[in-house]
Amino acid sequence: MDLKSLLNQRKVTILGRWFDLIVSSYPSDASRMLKKEDRFANPLGSTISREIETLFDALLSGADAEQVKPSLDRLLRIKAVQDFAPSEAMAFIFSLKEAIRTHLATELREDGIADSLVLFESRIDALALMGFDVYMKCREAIYQLKTDELKRQTHKLLERANRMGGTAQG
Amino acid sequence: MSKTPPPAELAKISHQPPETPWMETPVEFRPGTWCYSGKPKALEALGLPNVREWSPPDEDWKLPEGWQKIIYEGFKDRLNKYRSLKIFMDICVRCGACADKCHFFLGTGDPKNMPVLRAELLRSVYRKDFTTAGKILGHFAGARELTVDVLKEWFYYFYQCTECRRCSVFCPYGIDTAEITMMARELLHLVGVNINWILEPASNCSRTGNHLGLQPHTLRDSIDSLCEDIEDVTGVHIEVPLNKKGAEILFITPSADAFADPGIYTFMGYILLFEHIGLDYTMSTYASEGGNFGLFTNQETMKKLNAKMYAEAKRLGVKWILGGECGHMWRVIHQYMDTMNGPADFLEAPVSPITGTKFENAKSTKMVHITEFTADLIQHNKLKLDPRRNDHRTVSFHDSCNPSRAMGLFEEPRYILKNVVNNFHEMPENAIREQTFCCGSGTGLNTDEYMEMRMRGGFPRANAVKYVHEKHGVDLLSCICAIDRATLSTLMQYWIPMVEVAGVHELVGNALVMEGEGERTTDLREEDLADVEGEEDAV
Ligand code: SF4
Ligand code: SF4
Repeated sequence: MDLKSLLNQRKVTILGRWFDLIVSSYPSDASRMLKKEDRFANPLGSTISREIETLFDALLSGADAEQVKPSLDRLLRIKAVQDFAPSEAMAFIFSLKEAIRTHLATELREDGIADSLVLFESRIDALALMGFDVYMKCREAIYQLKTDELKRQTHKLLERANRMGGTAQG
Repeated sequence: MSKTPPPAELAKISHQPPETPWMETPVEFRPGTWCYSGKPKALEALGLPNVREWSPPDEDWKLPEGWQKIIYEGFKDRLNKYRSLKIFMDICVRCGACADKCHFFLGTGDPKNMPVLRAELLRSVYRKDFTTAGKILGHFAGARELTVDVLKEWFYYFYQCTECRRCSVFCPYGIDTAEITMMARELLHLVGVNINWILEPASNCSRTGNHLGLQPHTLRDSIDSLCEDIEDVTGVHIEVPLNKKGAEILFITPSADAFADPGIYTFMGYILLFEHIGLDYTMSTYASEGGNFGLFTNQETMKKLNAKMYAEAKRLGVKWILGGECGHMWRVIHQYMDTMNGPADFLEAPVSPITGTKFENAKSTKMVHITEFTADLIQHNKLKLDPRRNDHRTVSFHDSCNPSRAMGLFEEPRYILKNVVNNFHEMPENAIREQTFCCGSGTGLNTDEYMEMRMRGGFPRANAVKYVHEKHGVDLLSCICAIDRATLSTLMQYWIPMVEVAGVHELVGNALVMEGEGERTTDLREEDLADVEGEEDAV
C-alpha cells in the first residue's frame, strides 16, 4: 500500500492522536471540555478538530497553499491570543509528524513508504512556514484593533477636534 | 532511511503546561492578560485607600501595613452584611455543572477560569479564617493562608470574570459567581488593588456626570452635530432638548451613544423616534451617563453615581425616566436602585403619553427601558415603519448579559427587530437568551492593554456569530448595550471582520418614515440602501 492510501485508511486514528497532542498543550483539567462535541459549548475543541481534518485532507490531496490558508488562520487566530510563545503556537503543526510516526511505526519500515514520508513531511514543513506568516498577521491585527477601537471610542470628539483645527488653520 | 530525528524530538518545544496543583501554581502576568493599576488621581477622587504608583507585574505591590488583617476584617464584615455571600461560601457541592460554562474557561482552557475554581480562590481563604475544619486541618480541608501570591491570584482571576452570570444559570444551588467576584473586588479595593479603566471613568463620572469627563458644551456640540448628520440623511431638522425644565420625560443613555462609533447611530435612532411621536422629553448634561462603573468598584461608589439620575429628574421636574440601550446601567436600576436611592416618590408611575400603557413593572423605580417603550408603540401601531430600509443588512441579535440574565428582557428587542428588519436570523439556542455568551470585555475590562484576554473571552460569542454569518450571511450583529457596541465591534474585527455591530434603535431609525422627510438613499451610517421601490405604500 502506498503512503497516501495508508494515511487515508488510518485517518481517524491519526487525527485523533493529532487532536490529543494539541489538547495536551492546554491544562489537563480542560481536556474534558475540549473533547465535547457541541461546537457552541466547546468552540475551541470543535474548531481544532474541524480544521485539522481540513488540513490533513489538504496535505493528502496536495492542495495548494491558498486553499489551506483559511484553516490555518482559524487555528492560529486562536493561538495568537492565547498564552503561547510563537514557537508553542506553531508546535501543533509539527505534532502531526509525531501522530503519523507513532501510528505507522511498522509500516514505515517498508520500502518506499519511508521516502514518501519524507516528502509528505516536507509538505508539513511548508505548511508551518506559511503558518508563521499567518500567525504574524494575527498578531499585527491585535495592534490594529487597539488603534481602531480608540478611534471609534472618540469618533465625534475627533471629528470636532478636526473641525476646530480646520477653522484655526483656515 | 531518512535522517529525520524522531518527530517527538522535533517538536520538543515545551508546550505542556506545568502540572502542579492549582493552589500551588502562582500566576504569571503576561502582556495582554492584565489591566493597568488605578492612577493615584482617580483613587484620591473616589476616596479609595493606599494611593500609590504600582504595576501588576511588579514584585512588590506596596500593600499597606497589616493588609491581611484589613482583608480579614473586610471579609468578616461582608459575611455578616450579605447573607448570600456566606451561603455561596458554604453550599457549593463541587458538582461541576458550572465548570465549562464560563466564556473565559472556554476560550483559555485555564482551569482557574472554571467558575467553581474562581470561587474557590476566595473560598479557600474563607475556610482557613472562618471555618473550624479549615482552622484545624488547613490544607487538607482545602484551606489556605492569604499570602501575597494568593492576593495576586485574586487580582488576576477576579479581573478575568465579567460578572456575566452565565455560570449561575447552570448551578443547581443558584450560586452566583458574579456576586463572589464583586465581593473579591471590594476586598481588593480595601488594600488599594484595582484597575484604572474602571476607576478613571468612575471618578470622571462623579465629577462631570459622564465617563469621559465631558462638560455640558461638549455634549451639546456633539448632539448638535448628530442632528446635522440626521438632517443630511433624512432631510428632517431636529433639536434635542437639554436640561429642559418641566419636560414630561427625562431620557438617560450611556454617554458613549453621543460620541462613539457605532453608538452614535443608535443615538440618532432614539431622537428620530422621539421626534416621530412628538415626545415631550429632555436630556440632562449632568445625568449624561447611563453607565455606572461604581457597580464594578464598590457599593458606595455605585450608589453615588446612580443618585444623579433621581437628582436630575427632581431638578428638572419630570414625571418619569426613560432609559436607553445599556447593559450594566440596567442591572443597577433593576437590582439596586430602588433600595439604594429610592423610593422616588416625587416621580409618577410611568405611563406612555402616546399609547396610555402603564408600565407596571417600572412602578417602583419609575424607569422604563427603551425597548419596552418602543415595542409598546409598535404594538399600538403608532410608528410608521418601512423595514425594507434595512434590507441591505442581514441581522442577528446578541443578548447582552445584563438585560438578559439580570432583567429577563428577551422578547421586546426581538419584537422590535421583527418589525424593522426583514432579514433576521437567531444564533443557536445555547448561545442566546439566558445562555447568551458575554462579549468578553464587560465589567470595565474593555481596555486595550487587555486585548488578548478579551479576544479569548469573546471567542465563544464570536464563534456563534461566525456560524450564522457562514450559514445565513449575517453581517450585522445588533444588541442593546453600549459596552457591547464598542467591544463587539472590536471582537468582530478580529474574528469575523465582515460583521458590524449596531444598536436596535439604529435599525428603528433606519426604518422610521418621518413626516416631511426627503427620499432616503442611505442608512444612518450613510451607506447605500438596497433598492427600495414603492416606499410610499409602506406603513
Ligand atoms: S454548579 Fe454550583 S454547586 Fe456545582 S460546582 Fe458550580 S457553584 Fe458549585
Ligand atoms: S460570572 Fe461569567 S465570567 Fe464570571 S465566572 Fe461566571 S461565567 Fe465566568
